[in-house]
Amino acid sequence: MRLTCPLCGARDRREFTWVGAAALRARPAPGGDFVAWAHERENPAGPLDELWLHSAGCGALLCGTRDTVTHAAAPLTLAGGER
Amino acid sequence: MHFSGYRVLAEALRGGKGWRPFWRKAAPADEYDAIIIGGGGHGLATAYYLAREHGLNRIAVLEKGWVGSGNVGRNTTIVRATYMIPGNQEFYSASLKMWETLAQDLNFNLMYSPRGLLQLFHSDGQRDAFARRGNAMLIQGDDAQLLDREGLRRLVPYLDYEQSRYPVHGALLHPRGGTVRHDAVAWAYARAADARGVDIIENCEVTGFDITQGRVTGVQTTRGAIRAPRIGMAVAGRSGQLVARAGFRLPVESHILQAFVTEGLKPFVHHVISYGMGHFYISQSDKGGLVFGGDIDFYPSYAQRGNLPMAEHVMEAAMTLMPAIGRARVLRNWGGIMDMTPDGSPIIDQSPVAGLYLNTGWNYGGFKAIPASGLSFAHLIATGAPHPLARRYRLDRFATGAVLDEEGTGATHHLH
Repeated sequence: MRLTCPLCGARDRREFTWVGAAALRARPAPGGDFVAWAHERENPAGPLDELWLHSAGCGALLCGTRDTVTHAAAPLTLAGGER
Repeated sequence: MHFSGYRVLAEALRGGKGWRPFWRKAAPADEYDAIIIGGGGHGLATAYYLAREHGLNRIAVLEKGWVGSGNVGRNTTIVRATYMIPGNQEFYSASLKMWETLAQDLNFNLMYSPRGLLQLFHSDGQRDAFARRGNAMLIQGDDAQLLDREGLRRLVPYLDYEQSRYPVHGALLHPRGGTVRHDAVAWAYARAADARGVDIIENCEVTGFDITQGRVTGVQTTRGAIRAPRIGMAVAGRSGQLVARAGFRLPVESHILQAFVTEGLKPFVHHVISYGMGHFYISQSDKGGLVFGGDIDFYPSYAQRGNLPMAEHVMEAAMTLMPAIGRARVLRNWGGIMDMTPDGSPIIDQSPVAGLYLNTGWNYGGFKAIPASGLSFAHLIATGAPHPLARRYRLDRFATGAVLDEEGTGATHHLH
């Protein structure tokens, strides 16, 4: 499996650390449902929006969509957006 | 049909003409007292104990493929006790005791082999931690024995003891740990459940739930609607998708765990060896193949096949520990899709939908849990109350904080 970093290009999966479902970015407001946010998952068999850290590369936090059945992954983008 | 040595002999003399299928090809009825979704080890065991312990007469097991086509046939067949996590330790102790008499209970040769499980340690500090672990296992009623390097060398002379990465200092031996023929477990429970009147319905996928005022009244399947007031779910890595059809989510991500089997070799690995520092464990099947595996692939997947990095990692660990197996050819490998909970422990509990019960979250220990899981889940479905063995396997433990931290990494999805 290869993932495409927007800064470094297509790299081996070994360079990346899986961080979690992209739903993690929608942190609830104080008093909100933190249990659902932290633990409950849609867990789809198909396209999953997720976060990857390019830990053995540029160190950027990246997001993108990968199919959990075929492992086909769209190019990742910067989770913080372009600066 | 009762199996015995005499029976084998008698059938041999008359050309095996008396053997019959292990279970009926049941067609779904309109209504049951209880439905179990999933014809794997956990589901079939649950149906068997529902019939045996709780006297339910009309039980159906719905399996979308064929019996034993899921994770009960896709694991590394190891059974053992665990340690030091209240909630898990007594559950797995009970399960191991059940394994020891299960072949007699089910009248089926499960090839139960308590060959002993060795957990290697590589430093003085780790030896002390394993001594504590062994003492905990003794206190909970299981067995454990600390072996120094020479003691271990007498049992397994073929390890690379002087390896530069993790020199082997000794091991904790768990003599009652071992292996069980995994497919036979599914067949034995299916046969025993069928003998007690359970309908085992294969090629029957659940496509939806009938829910009225928050209570489940039946399921929609590819073979029509079936009514039941109590429905238990034991669908291994597909739990998240199935509960989505009932309108809620689980604290579960589906992960992939790879395993590998080599060509058949003469017997030389006589134990289960766990090399924790290398994330590697190995045993030799009765057919002679070396069965080994490592850690999860560390990203959610339903692919039923892993990626190369973990396969390479496992092979590297194998060569580090046991260079002797370097020439053995790997015949096949597979990836099992497991329900990974944030704390690595299972859930046996009621769901938010009344009458719908959950048996999910099996990842590291799903196979060895089968007997106790079936017993506990049957108790929950029949009585509505948790079995004492499984009382901590609650769905709400991530909200209350009463988690069972199996991996020691905290209740965090992405760390294991």
